[in-house]
Amino acid sequence: MTSIYGPVADWATDFDHAEPEYNANAHEVWKELRGTCPVAHTDRYEGAWLPVTHEHVSQIAYDTEHFTSRSVVVTTYRPLAEAPVGNAPPISSDPPFHRDARRILLPAFSPKAIEPMEKDVRALCRSLLFDMVEAAAANGGIVDAAVQYAQHIPVSVISLMLGFPAEDAELFRGFVHDVVEGVNVGLDQRFAAFQRLGEYIEQQVLEHIENPRDDLTTYLLNAKIGDEPLTVGHVRGSIVLLLIAGIDTTWSAIGSSLLHLATHPDDRSRLVAEPELMPTAIEELLRVYAPVTMARLVKADVEIGGCPMKVDDWVLLPFPAANVDPAAFERADEVLIDRAENRHLAFGLGIHRCLGSNLARLEVRVAVEEFLAAFPDFELAGPEGVTWSVGQIRGPRTLPVRINA
Amino acid sequence: MKVLLDLERCQGHNRCYAIAPEIFDVDDYGMPVLLQDGVVPDGLQDKAALAIANCPEFAITAVEPTDSAEG
Repeated sequence: MTSIYGPVADWATDFDHAEPEYNANAHEVWKELRGTCPVAHTDRYEGAWLPVTHEHVSQIAYDTEHFTSRSVVVTTYRPLAEAPVGNAPPISSDPPFHRDARRILLPAFSPKAIEPMEKDVRALCRSLLFDMVEAAAANGGIVDAAVQYAQHIPVSVISLMLGFPAEDAELFRGFVHDVVEGVNVGLDQRFAAFQRLGEYIEQQVLEHIENPRDDLTTYLLNAKIGDEPLTVGHVRGSIVLLLIAGIDTTWSAIGSSLLHLATHPDDRSRLVAEPELMPTAIEELLRVYAPVTMARLVKADVEIGGCPMKVDDWVLLPFPAANVDPAAFERADEVLIDRAENRHLAFGLGIHRCLGSNLARLEVRVAVEEFLAAFPDFELAGPEGVTWSVGQIRGPRTLPVRINA
Repeated sequence: MKVLLDLERCQGHNRCYAIAPEIFDVDDYGMPVLLQDGVVPDGLQDKAALAIANCPEFAITAVEPTDSAEG
């Protein structure tokens, strides 16, 4: 897929979050904009805004009067699906419908529903690492922590929860790539991608109608709001959300955490020596390397930071940029793995707080714990080997590391 | 020391439950529930302070027992 826009001329007036240099240089871009133009704009995507301060990002996240969640991915196409339901409830829903759609899914992702999954996640990580020990031995000590490890963990977990075939993992990563990375492509390509995804979901739903079982797909097929079953579109949209939202996000958080540890030997050896720091370390890595930028469409004209936002303009919500704003965090640019006070926004703020945050935290923590247990000493095999995702989810897609015995 | 929850602000990030499960429980929807009506057991004041300082929504506040009706 190729971009219809081309290279960025200037970040303040022509930004493009889906050009490769954005995610590769995100911290520098945000820092520059904070000092010069804290609400950037682009004419691409028929008009989009990029606020980078903690103040503006949180203000917009809380404002459901002027901003709709009808679409949360900035693309060449503005979806026609009507608020308040949207294409993928509840992430695409507005109040008051949002609350009912979210309440259906909350129990499946509550702490007490997620905690028992720890042993399965740990076993999965150990099995991947077992293969990587052999791979490292056969490859001069070099393994890819993103390709051989991080990318597999959330895919296996969500296919189990939805009751989808584990062997379709590669297919799921393809769908995720189409939806969240293939955003600055022609409409025909975008529609073809959504058709492939829709056909797959339809096939899985029909299979679940014939063979109901104890998984989230069957749960959604039987779910009700009040006395009313969910509409066909609601069920399929929520399944799309669950399939897409947890994969590259968690994969990115695990990859960025391992990239930090590969390039900061002091933090890595301290975490090995003081595993009791793991809870604050994981929160701090989530703060500085938060993978997820959300988006809104303007619902009613409003001014933010002196900028006139008009109905149907896109607005990106870069929680990762807010997380490194010195106005909100002391020593904001530094990773302090024992940071005690940390009100970071990695999982958003307000009514759309990431539904899967407990699951994501579990996967990231266990993935880092097990990686360090298997490979307490590792380093980046060469910075040129690191490549980044494009678009609103930021994380390393290749991460070659050298395992030191 | 006693903690108060603002359930209008709370969005169920569950940071308080993760940090101080002796003070905060959580229901089937992932919403916090105060144990002991929010009265912080002796020796857990630091944990309560950490739970407050890690709430992204600023939904938890502390009061001294003398400030509250329960005294």
